[in-house]
Amino acid sequence: MSRVLVGVKRVIDYAVKIRVKPDNSGVVTDGVKHSMNPFCEIAVEEAVKLKEKKLIKEVVAVSCGPTQATETIRTALAMGCDRGIHVEVTGKDYESMGPLQVSKILAALAKREEASLVIVGKQAIDDDCNQTGQMTAALLDWPQGTFASEVTLEGDKVKVVREIDGGLETIKINMPAVLTADLRLNTPRYATLPNIMKAKKKKIANMKPAELGVDMVSRGPGGGSEGDILRGLLAVEQSSRQHGGLISSSRTHLHPAIVATDFHDSSSLKGYSETLSFTELIQPTGG
Amino acid sequence: MLLGKLSLTPALCTALRISPAFSGAQKQFGATAIHARLYVSQAAEAVLDKQVVGSATPTKAATAKKSQSVESQSFAVNMFKGQINPSQVFPFPSVMNEEQTQFLQELVPPVSKFFEEVNDPVKNDALEMVEVKTMEGLKEMGAFGLQVPTDLGGVGLTNTQYARLVEIVGKHDLGVGITLGAHQSIGFKGILLVGNSAQKEKYLPKLASGETLAAFCLTEPASGSDAASIRTTATLSPCGKHYLLNGGKIWISNGGIAEIFTVFAKTPMKDEKTGEMKDKITAFIVEKSFGGVTHGPPEQKMGIKASNTAEVYFDNVPVPVENVLGEVGDGFKVAMSILNNGRFGMAAALSGTMKGVISQAVDHAANRIQFGSKIHTYGTIQEKLARMAMLQYVTESMAYMVSGNMDSGSKDYHIEAAISKIFASEAAWEVADECIQVMGGMGFMKAPGVERIMRDLRIFRIFEGTNDILRLFVALNGFQDAGKHLKSLQKALKNPLGNAGLLAGEVTKRVKRRAGLSSGLTLQGSVHPELSQSGELAVKAIEHFGVTIEDMLIKHGKNILHEQFVLKRVADSAIDLYAMIVVLSRASQSLSQGHVSAQHEKILCETWCVEANDRIMKNVRDLKSSSSTQTFKNMKAISAAMVENGGTVASHPLGF
Repeated sequence: MSRVLVGVKRVIDYAVKIRVKPDNSGVVTDGVKHSMNPFCEIAVEEAVKLKEKKLIKEVVAVSCGPTQATETIRTALAMGCDRGIHVEVTGKDYESMGPLQVSKILAALAKREEASLVIVGKQAIDDDCNQTGQMTAALLDWPQGTFASEVTLEGDKVKVVREIDGGLETIKINMPAVLTADLRLNTPRYATLPNIMKAKKKKIANMKPAELGVDMVSRGPGGGSEGDILRGLLAVEQSSRQHGGLISSSRTHLHPAIVATDFHDSSSLKGYSETLSFTELIQPTGG
Repeated sequence: MLLGKLSLTPALCTALRISPAFSGAQKQFGATAIHARLYVSQAAEAVLDKQVVGSATPTKAATAKKSQSVESQSFAVNMFKGQINPSQVFPFPSVMNEEQTQFLQELVPPVSKFFEEVNDPVKNDALEMVEVKTMEGLKEMGAFGLQVPTDLGGVGLTNTQYARLVEIVGKHDLGVGITLGAHQSIGFKGILLVGNSAQKEKYLPKLASGETLAAFCLTEPASGSDAASIRTTATLSPCGKHYLLNGGKIWISNGGIAEIFTVFAKTPMKDEKTGEMKDKITAFIVEKSFGGVTHGPPEQKMGIKASNTAEVYFDNVPVPVENVLGEVGDGFKVAMSILNNGRFGMAAALSGTMKGVISQAVDHAANRIQFGSKIHTYGTIQEKLARMAMLQYVTESMAYMVSGNMDSGSKDYHIEAAISKIFASEAAWEVADECIQVMGGMGFMKAPGVERIMRDLRIFRIFEGTNDILRLFVALNGFQDAGKHLKSLQKALKNPLGNAGLLAGEVTKRVKRRAGLSSGLTLQGSVHPELSQSGELAVKAIEHFGVTIEDMLIKHGKNILHEQFVLKRVADSAIDLYAMIVVLSRASQSLSQGHVSAQHEKILCETWCVEANDRIMKNVRDLKSSSSTQTFKNMKAISAAMVENGGTVASHPLGF
């Protein structure tokens, strides 16, 4: 019986329309709905399922970020994690925090908590990095089972079915190991209201990266001199979709069922001319 | 629960039929205020226990009067006296502590997600039931015990927290909303409100988890708005341990799927004074497992099809005496407090419905091109969207105003709660109707789903007290408090020296009012300075309204009970007035807290206030004018002729 560490990231909710800040320094986050990264939800679900099957004894949810990260941890606790660790990262450190810094934190915690599995989402929907799991495995020098669509514990080994280009690959790796969750691994549960209530009693420890001996500076290719820090330069709005071309008649291109519901008849415009005739221009159509 | 039944007993006829019952009690109108309150409010709700009123003892009236000597803090009660009591409405209630707020913030996302991803309103509507997996999911979610205390297995939400979650339900599926509402807003609310601890411990845990469902059984074939006329009986068995319940209830939401029923039945009771046996209404908790409880097939309905509605029959059902809910003979009070207590939930749900529908209308208006431009650039569409936004803003503000007042311990919110139910159900209907209009032919199609919402919405103006009856309730309750106020002034006049201070104030107020000057009422300090103009409109409206109420009382006296044409207009004005106040309060709060939408809310508020004020002024003028008196007479005559003729009366323009 062992312990699983799950990384959960707070991201802008998938349904929110992203807006870029006017100075192009990033995206607007103030007053925007945030939620747990959907791949992290899958990671949490997998860990909680293992616990429900009594294959592991404890699930610890970790999130790195400002105070609001605790909300995401609360969600994880409501889904069934046992306790949380909030690694507080704020200000400039938070702005420049990338997969490497998070991996260092996760690796340090994995050792400290004596975890036998670290499960994270395969990527976050905000930066789409897809690196944290891999980097964590490298830092720990543990085996990795990435893009998992099926996870089976077999004694001190774990069998992982991986989603690879063109098919599935099954591997068996030793524990401790790092897993990253892919979309089809499971369907995450909803946090129910009674469980959210129970989660209020669960503990969230708060710590700083320094306490874990983690250096949060993001260095560029130069290797770390001042002024060589990795930072975002420009955020721009996605260019809008190109206009469609004109086709002769929509009816020939549409499914008959849709044509049948095509209520609006353009015949009302036929009477349009420079000399306005309202009776012709505005006439009830359809129906 | 389908309380009303417009088709069988049109509200107006019902209320007309009720009125003769007051004749005995009318003498006491004004003199014993609480007595008046009792029958007036019940008249309006048509849950009048005629015997109680007729036989109320002087001692009872006296004690009741004493308890009424405390001035009401309700804004609505006071506006009928032409007074302003801002304590409940300014500032906008903020009743949650930090922990409650945080908890609610955690509850909102999973509930929203459940309704977006699992619940399928189209399928529920087509199946005429809530899908099994959705039902199971809702139970797991804890949605069946939102306000049950946590130690009894519920989520323990306050009214405000409940309102916020119900808003999500209302946005997505009103059929599910009724299933949940019939269960916890009325079905077992009685146990929560007046149940004893043994009843709570026995029933609430299973009800909260959804293991058992509840239903509220009041309406009968011959008893809709006039709930006093129920015929279901409960007779005490010779051994004194059971009541035997007999009768039939109709249009019971969850009637076919519930295990626990809150049933209202007549019980014979001895009048302590006269020694006569009289039937009084008592509430019972009835389990299906008691035996003799059966139900009819699910009713075929216009809307809220996903919810189960059925007849429920009780055939010699043995109900243990410990299952009496509240006191024997107090059934009406129980029914009233359950219904009063749940009305804010409808306002909250429907503000969510409106929000959903509005985004569909806006989406269409922002993308549909006609005559070369997006249709939102046309004034016709702009006016529709703007009105939809105002109606939603008012409803939402009312919902949280009332729930906030309830959470801060107010017991005096019955007028406000009734107003919120009336306003919300009519606003939502209007908003859905205009949404379809904005969408044109597309709106009429089934696919966008607004037609389903429109069908679902129709019942909200009928059930849990028809809006027509609730309007009488609002007006008569207001009149009765105003009458009390007037009476105390009259009394003071008999001893002018002893009451010099009080009278001096009132006299000056009246002289000023009659001269068209401000009587010194003000909302300054309550309303944000940027909204002072709207605030002044509201103050003026309250002054005119107060004067009109007094005029009507003096003109009609106790007969105001029968003046339904007047009562309707008074209620309309009261609704508009209360709506002005809630938006003034909310917009003021947004302005002083610097919300991002503050300026937008300011425009919503200002626009609403100007138009509401116009309507109030028109109603006030109409009530005073002789031409409207004639109009009312005409309408009576037209209606009488139609009834005589079995339909329209005029001969066909073609002569055949």
